[in-house]
Amino acid sequence: MSDITQLTAAISANSPAISIINGRLIDPANQIDKQINIHLQHGKIIALGDPPKNFTAQHIIDASHQIICPGLIDLRFRLREPSYETKGSIASETRAAVAGGVTALCCPPDTMPVIDNAAMVKLIRLKAETEGLAKVYTLSALTQQLQGEKLSEMRELKNAGCVGTTNALKAVKSTLVMRRALEYAASHDITVFIQAFDPWLSDGCAHEGAVSTRLGLAGIPVSAETIAIARDLQLIELTGAKAHFCHLSSAKAVQLIQQAQNDGLPITADVTAHHLHLTEMDIGFFDSNCHVLPPLRTQRDQDALRHGVKSGVISSIVSDHQPHSSDAKLAPFAETSAGISGVETLLPLALKMIEAQGMSISDVIARLTQQPAKILNLSEGTLSVGADADVCIFDPEAWWVVDRKKLLSRGKNTPFHGWELKGKVTYTIKSGEIVFATETHAN
Amino acid sequence: MIAKNIQLDEQGRLKHFLSIEGFKRQHLVNILDAAEPFANVHEQAVKKVPLLRGKTIVNLFFEASTRTRTTFELAAKRLSADILNININTSATSKGESLLDMLHNLEAMHCDMFIVRHNQSGAAHLIAQHVSPHTSVINAGDGCHSHPTQAMLDMFTIRQHKKQFADLRVVIVGDILHSRVARSQIHALTTLGVSEVRVVGPKTLIPTQIETLGVHVYHDLQLALVDADVVIMLRLQKERMQGALLPSENEYYSQYGLTEKKLKLAKPDAIVMHPGPINRGVEIASSIADGPQSVILEQVTNGIAIRMAVMSQTLGRSSDRSAEPARTGGQQ
Repeated sequence: MSDITQLTAAISANSPAISIINGRLIDPANQIDKQINIHLQHGKIIALGDPPKNFTAQHIIDASHQIICPGLIDLRFRLREPSYETKGSIASETRAAVAGGVTALCCPPDTMPVIDNAAMVKLIRLKAETEGLAKVYTLSALTQQLQGEKLSEMRELKNAGCVGTTNALKAVKSTLVMRRALEYAASHDITVFIQAFDPWLSDGCAHEGAVSTRLGLAGIPVSAETIAIARDLQLIELTGAKAHFCHLSSAKAVQLIQQAQNDGLPITADVTAHHLHLTEMDIGFFDSNCHVLPPLRTQRDQDALRHGVKSGVISSIVSDHQPHSSDAKLAPFAETSAGISGVETLLPLALKMIEAQGMSISDVIARLTQQPAKILNLSEGTLSVGADADVCIFDPEAWWVVDRKKLLSRGKNTPFHGWELKGKVTYTIKSGEIVFATETHAN
Repeated sequence: MIAKNIQLDEQGRLKHFLSIEGFKRQHLVNILDAAEPFANVHEQAVKKVPLLRGKTIVNLFFEASTRTRTTFELAAKRLSADILNININTSATSKGESLLDMLHNLEAMHCDMFIVRHNQSGAAHLIAQHVSPHTSVINAGDGCHSHPTQAMLDMFTIRQHKKQFADLRVVIVGDILHSRVARSQIHALTTLGVSEVRVVGPKTLIPTQIETLGVHVYHDLQLALVDADVVIMLRLQKERMQGALLPSENEYYSQYGLTEKKLKLAKPDAIVMHPGPINRGVEIASSIADGPQSVILEQVTNGIAIRMAVMSQTLGRSSDRSAEPARTGGQQ
């Protein structure tokens, strides 16, 4: 760990002095929303407003008519490396991430081999530091090999740098194992990330409803989600563990989470950007780009998810970035791999919540920065003086058309191909380094 | 976003036949009308008509079938097309060749039409989206989704006996959940404007929100049969006894099997249909399957006429391709 930390420090110490001027700076953590200049040096934010004495900027970025906000933090992101490099690599996917304004991402442990030992954590962090453009955080496996039987060495894994633990897309079937895992995590103050689904009710590929019936696709009912959430909420109450529920998909799930939060349980939740904008209807005639888990549900569910984001029951919006090779999506619907290459559309889709739901731009940015940082217990997600210089600059009025061929991710699997979206990232700065700039702004 | 109907070409003519959904009543009536003359071809001394001479048709069956494959084959032969049967069991595709790789290989052999059966819903749509522009695809059954030629031959058979669709009360009995035949029949019947479609079965075999397709749901066969004009029995797969869908064949037969006593609840001139193969004593009594109200064998015969109609409409369309600008490249 310390070797990696030293490496990081050495790299950022050499980062240039940058001033970003004339932009509208939004930092929800400090409740700032005004036009103010910001200055970066040695990988840190060193001043807001006037530059410090003796500061000479090597780069000056004119952010007129643009918004300066903390670099986005994506809670669920698959790099595909190690082992699935045909789908994506640390280099390719962090490049896509920074193009989407994301400076820190969190990858689940379902790589191959599984992240259930400290060596794997170090390997990924080291590769990310040397080949990647964004900060990569990892979640540890909750159980060994994700098999839902024996606990992983989650304390060792935390020491190695894991920011939480999860069994990802493998359900922990045994209630007893889940109880023990939550108890053990609680003992070491480790947040458990739960993607809740009942495995016996989840043997399908689409929301169980009118569309799955019409297309003859095996359905996954809402109860697959609510049964699992209800069980885990009871266990959280029993054990006192801190938990985060990933990717809510239904109105009833939002209701359960809200009730539990009102009851004082230490839980948070997120939703994917695509669940805020797509429904089961978007499957049309078997569009495999809309094959996701949990499945896209009804308009009512989508409305409830949007309300949940606005009210704060759902405190963060994630991409659930899952790049796939084109082959993985070229098969009959049920045989295709689930998931969307989502990081490059995360910000504009989240920004749509301003018009769709009447959210303030500052609240939307908080769901992408301050809130996920809080869930991961990171110091990032803010533009406070002294914080890491992770910055996203975007033009909130710029329209662009999503073209799957132009995605930087190795995965071209987006259901948003051809959508006209508003809000385009112009610069991304990670630890003081400009890691992304659009062609029109780079010079 | 509403997907465009890939089953029709730019002139609104039939290009692929993948699902009944997406067609208007007139399209379906046209197919039924086109099948009429073919229904008599078998009575002629020479059963062949030269409509599709020189065309190559591939029966691409990823799932076992006797009746459907044979009737497609006969239909193609009676239209004077060349037909190739390819049966691919799942073990062959598990060698690593993807569905589309296999398709492109076959396309390189210059085929004009693929008739596809696959155990996955959406397979025929996928293939139709990836064939070269001049190739037509007919769905011969995809997963639990659609079996449009079966539905059309059923409509043809109903029309032979009932003349008018408007006043009919049609009852579909059995495993609606897994039935592509039932889904296509429902679309066809509602498009042709029957007065009522009833689906009957235990909740375990009725898919969620089937009412959205315009049908009434019954769990009691005797109630559903009252005043029925057409009774369609579906095949019950033996494997449904696993997975807790049904307790036993005996219980199924006593609740949902069609017996003479129950059939008396329907109209006296009601016809009984079954897409086959029949499980005698599981979904239907032998005496009914072989009885005077049964039109099960007529369905098989009509299957040839309907498939001839669909094939000639799709491939006949491309016979005026000479009028279109020649494609460049010359590899096709």
